Amino acid sequence: MSHLLEVKNLDVKFDTDEGRITAVENISLSLDQGKVLGIVGESGSGKSVTAKAIMQLNPGNTKYNDDAEIILDNENVLRFTSKDDLKKIRGGKVSMIFQEPMASFAPAIKIGAQMVEQLLIHKDINKNEAKEISINMLQRVGIADAEKRFNQYAFELSGGMRQRAMIAMALSTMPKLLLADEPTTALDVTIQAQVINLVKDIIQEYQMGVIFITHDLGVIAQIADDVAVMYLGSVVEKGPVNKILKNPKHPYTKGLLEALPDVNNLDAPLRPIPGNIPSPLDRPSGCVFRTRCPNPCDNCRNGNTEMGLIEVEPGHWVDQCCINCG
Amino acid sequence: MSENLISVNNVSVNFDYQENFISKKQKIHAVNNINIKIKKGSFFGLVGESGSGKTTLGRAILGANKISSGNVIFHDDERDYDLTNINKQDLKEYRKKAQLIFQDPYAALSPRMTVRDIIAEPLEVMRITNSRQETDDRVRDIASKCRLNLEHLRRFPHAFSGGQRQRISIARALVSNPKFIVADESVAALDVSIQADILNLLKQLQNELNLTYLFISHDLSVVAHVCDIVAVMYLGHIVEMAPSRKLFKNPKHSYTKALLSSIPSIDPENKSRAIELKGEIPSALNPPSGCVFRTRCPNPCDNCRNGKTEMGLIEVEPEHWVDQCCANCS
Repeated sequence: MSHLLEVKNLDVKFDTDEGRITAVENISLSLDQGKVLGIVGESGSGKSVTAKAIMQLNPGNTKYNDDAEIILDNENVLRFTSKDDLKKIRGGKVSMIFQEPMASFAPAIKIGAQMVEQLLIHKDINKNEAKEISINMLQRVGIADAEKRFNQYAFELSGGMRQRAMIAMALSTMPKLLLADEPTTALDVTIQAQVINLVKDIIQEYQMGVIFITHDLGVIAQIADDVAVMYLGSVVEKGPVNKILKNPKHPYTKGLLEALPDVNNLDAPLRPIPGNIPSPLDRPSGCVFRTRCPNPCDNCRNGNTEMGLIEVEPGHWVDQCCINCG
Repeated sequence: MSENLISVNNVSVNFDYQENFISKKQKIHAVNNINIKIKKGSFFGLVGESGSGKTTLGRAILGANKISSGNVIFHDDERDYDLTNINKQDLKEYRKKAQLIFQDPYAALSPRMTVRDIIAEPLEVMRITNSRQETDDRVRDIASKCRLNLEHLRRFPHAFSGGQRQRISIARALVSNPKFIVADESVAALDVSIQADILNLLKQLQNELNLTYLFISHDLSVVAHVCDIVAVMYLGHIVEMAPSRKLFKNPKHSYTKALLSSIPSIDPENKSRAIELKGEIPSALNPPSGCVFRTRCPNPCDNCRNGKTEMGLIEVEPEHWVDQCCANCS
């Protein structure tokens, strides 16, 4: 069976005044229907850029490499150029939920009008049907008084409510793939728990594929089936969530886990990963993690190694530098 | 000499609110009847959802918000400062001793000042130092304590990452040699590995400089790790207060239990669903009568449901305080 989404050898570069910046280098990912792929990493690791590449939402100075492929439903998204084709992926087959729900709704247009507008673009229905679908969807995500909320503006809703409305809007076109970019980061824990449960229920019901981007490993543990750990534009480790979190192989993944405060073990010291994430302008040659690696080998330290994932256990891929090193 | 540094006695903070100029004036009850004692050298945690009044309480203790009733007393070595009716001169003195670290390190630093000027500004404004040489010495001293390189001092904030910026804000807060620090969501905007670094730094500085912290956060796992004692706030009230180990091992209030169960477990096999709280925190404009938590309580008793109970902390175990409604209810 072919995958719902397959990303192959994707590079994303930006042409800026300071030169060409590599935001994402040679990443490959795949996702099946009804599954959740979590992408974790610090800020600046290229998580959002990867997601935006799938919807072709990166700005005009973006350069993709020629042999990259993003195959969604047997079509290469990167070859899409016409408006009609792009419409299919932007809101049709793929929907996106953003981190800051206040910034993603237009402030001066009613929530309902925004929901109806995008339905009319993507579906062959009239306004009344669109309104009905929207109100149903709002109810489905647990908004009480859906009809009243439909006629309100974004500022009249609380943070959690706005995020629900955002999810309702993203789901109303019945996309095959949902991109969730840090959807719970700005929310309180109680509301975060509500949103996680909601997303889980929705996957069960609609069997869509979800890419869930976050820097919170706890959220990943609860929601994802597979995880890809990104560092400075490269995937350094990927595999089933159980294996990655219970038996991490890459020092970066281990570092992220050790830096996380654990409520069940209050005596464990918090260990930060030493050093800072380098600027994409001076990306280290060879293994990108070598500047912060706790025990780099000589080859690595001099930037003579090449990155690339190898399969250490069925389904569990780790960057080869680290396997050879440590 | 008192062992407490700060005593907060029956403090309430209200704000006036008027929707438009013809509508009735209303009061927002941001903080209600709070009693806390912060011991010298402790790491006091304040947790709660947004809108629970954590920041308002922190600002009231710093003298940055007007206190509507009750009083806040800062016990210094020689004398006490009563913040409710403090004169200008004393307030200036107090500012040297109590400082604030902000949440967003990107917004808290002026982009047009060098790091040296940012850190030196409190010294100049409060006229603590007498010469430029002395100022420079103090700035260098605190910068190296906060693990900033001396060459960083000549640069502007845009050249720094989030973690480095937060260290600059910490250096600025500490340069006047304060005794008490309010850290308001100081790690919320940072990545986990940097968050760990900043938390370790705060701990280390506490030992070196004899600091007392009021640490405000919505992240329970962070609070559990760094704080000695934790107070949980909901809609302007403290609903539970205990040493952090006790609180996290054996939470008594249903709100605390729900908060704890909402922390996503790092273990993928632990798929226990969070105790889901219905709805959201009610508006502080008209809080529920009686127990403020009753509208979201998973198992309110009849008295509670009708708003007939009165709130107030009782000590159920030594040093473990819980709101009496909840203790009686379940």
